Amino acid sequence: MRRFVSSVMVLILGLIFAGCASADDTTTSLHIAAASSLTEVFNEIGAQFLRDNPDIAITFNFASSSDLALQISQGLPADVFASADVKNMAKVTDAGLLEGQPTAFATNSLEIVVEKGNPLHIVSLAQLTTPGLLFVTCPIEVPIGRYTAEVLRNAGVTVTPASLEENAKGILTKVTLGEADAGIVYRTDILAAGSSVTGVPIADKINVNPLYVVGTLRDSHAKEATQRFIDLLNSDQGREKLSKFGFGLLPA
Amino acid sequence: MLVLAGISVAFFALPFAGLIWRAPWSKVTDILSEKSVGTALWLSLETSLITALISCIFGVPLALLLARVNFPGRSFVRALATLSMVLPPVVGGVALFFSFGRRGLFGQYLNDWFGIRLPFTTAGVVIAQCFVAMPFLVLTVEAAIRQLDSRYEDAARTLGASRLYVFRRITLPSIKPALVAGVALAWARALGEFGATITFAGNLPGTTQTMPLATYLALESNPEAALILSMLMITVSFVVLVGLRDRWLGRQRNDLVS
Repeated sequence: MRRFVSSVMVLILGLIFAGCASADDTTTSLHIAAASSLTEVFNEIGAQFLRDNPDIAITFNFASSSDLALQISQGLPADVFASADVKNMAKVTDAGLLEGQPTAFATNSLEIVVEKGNPLHIVSLAQLTTPGLLFVTCPIEVPIGRYTAEVLRNAGVTVTPASLEENAKGILTKVTLGEADAGIVYRTDILAAGSSVTGVPIADKINVNPLYVVGTLRDSHAKEATQRFIDLLNSDQGREKLSKFGFGLLPA
Repeated sequence: MLVLAGISVAFFALPFAGLIWRAPWSKVTDILSEKSVGTALWLSLETSLITALISCIFGVPLALLLARVNFPGRSFVRALATLSMVLPPVVGGVALFFSFGRRGLFGQYLNDWFGIRLPFTTAGVVIAQCFVAMPFLVLTVEAAIRQLDSRYEDAARTLGASRLYVFRRITLPSIKPALVAGVALAWARALGEFGATITFAGNLPGTTQTMPLATYLALESNPEAALILSMLMITVSFVVLVGLRDRWLGRQRNDLVS
């Protein structure tokens, strides 16, 4: 029995060490924690980065900015953090986990998302108050929920939501499946969803434009490669890609 | 063997110890006295108990069917009934949309003919919970029925007892420990249900926001409140699970011994 137990222990320890060893590789690897709304554009920019730097491996971790901020404060090993808002980046900066100051690299804007083909003919925010219309949003703690509240306040409209979703993708899923009639999400989300939903623009004067910020994490082991990625993001090539996916650009 | 058992105890105990260690105990009363907490807890208890009851009403006959009746496609039905245990709950939620949503296979008729809409309602929460929780009861009860010595039931039948009488007086009492365990498992799974609920039923305080949803969303804004809410859920589940075991299973086992 004792021998059995010790051999099991040896096996477990062996597996743990094997796991540790394989993480340490000879090529530089870049771990990028980024807001989920950056998924599509970062995948393209990442592919460009790999063509420019074949010796650097790149891994993305896409999740909501608030989840990532929490994970980073709990020791998520990452080199870059790209947040969809300033507030969640501040959590990381305030905890002293960022190298220097974050920089803004893009903006987004909001649109009303409706079912494909807009069967209810929604053209304005005021129509969201129609009785029986199922409007879904996020709690104000989540950036998209806060921005939605801001836009509705700017438009002087009060809407009772049918549900407060976890994140913008949750809103999009419900509208795509036709279970909810409308929501407000990022313009880039609607573009990324392609033909599965329809977007209704919101006038510039009541719209909000959240800032996307990026920074190098203090504990990064690849700060030089990290800087190269951030430089690519701010290069003409990077800006072209951001613009293609519907992001707004900051003056260069 | 004892060492390995000790490791598994530590593995289960440590995360809870971590929660207790980090929980901001000085703020407990403030956070628990918030009205939204009571609303979420009450909704959780209400929906999970309804789920446990529904699972019992529909799950026991299914378990009986799977254990006793040899029909073609039985293993297929059994696999079907357990599929939701391995499905990622969020996928389960999307599958519920495709079936019970207002554009779903079945849901569209509910919507068109009766004006019944399940997504974003409390009934939707119960549907999502039943979908993920009922298999626990079905599997537990089925295993118990299979191990039953059917001679007692046969004897009762030859003495003229009706099928229902045999089920009520012989089958049910002999599977009672498994039934209680199955109900407890299904209830616990329903109480902690998150993925299918937030996908299918959405999240609205008072209507569909159960404790796990409230806890997860509090993590975004107020991690301290999330810790306290988790502690509350753990306490409630622990009291019920320990209570159930001692009251029902403990006594049952003594009966068999004596």
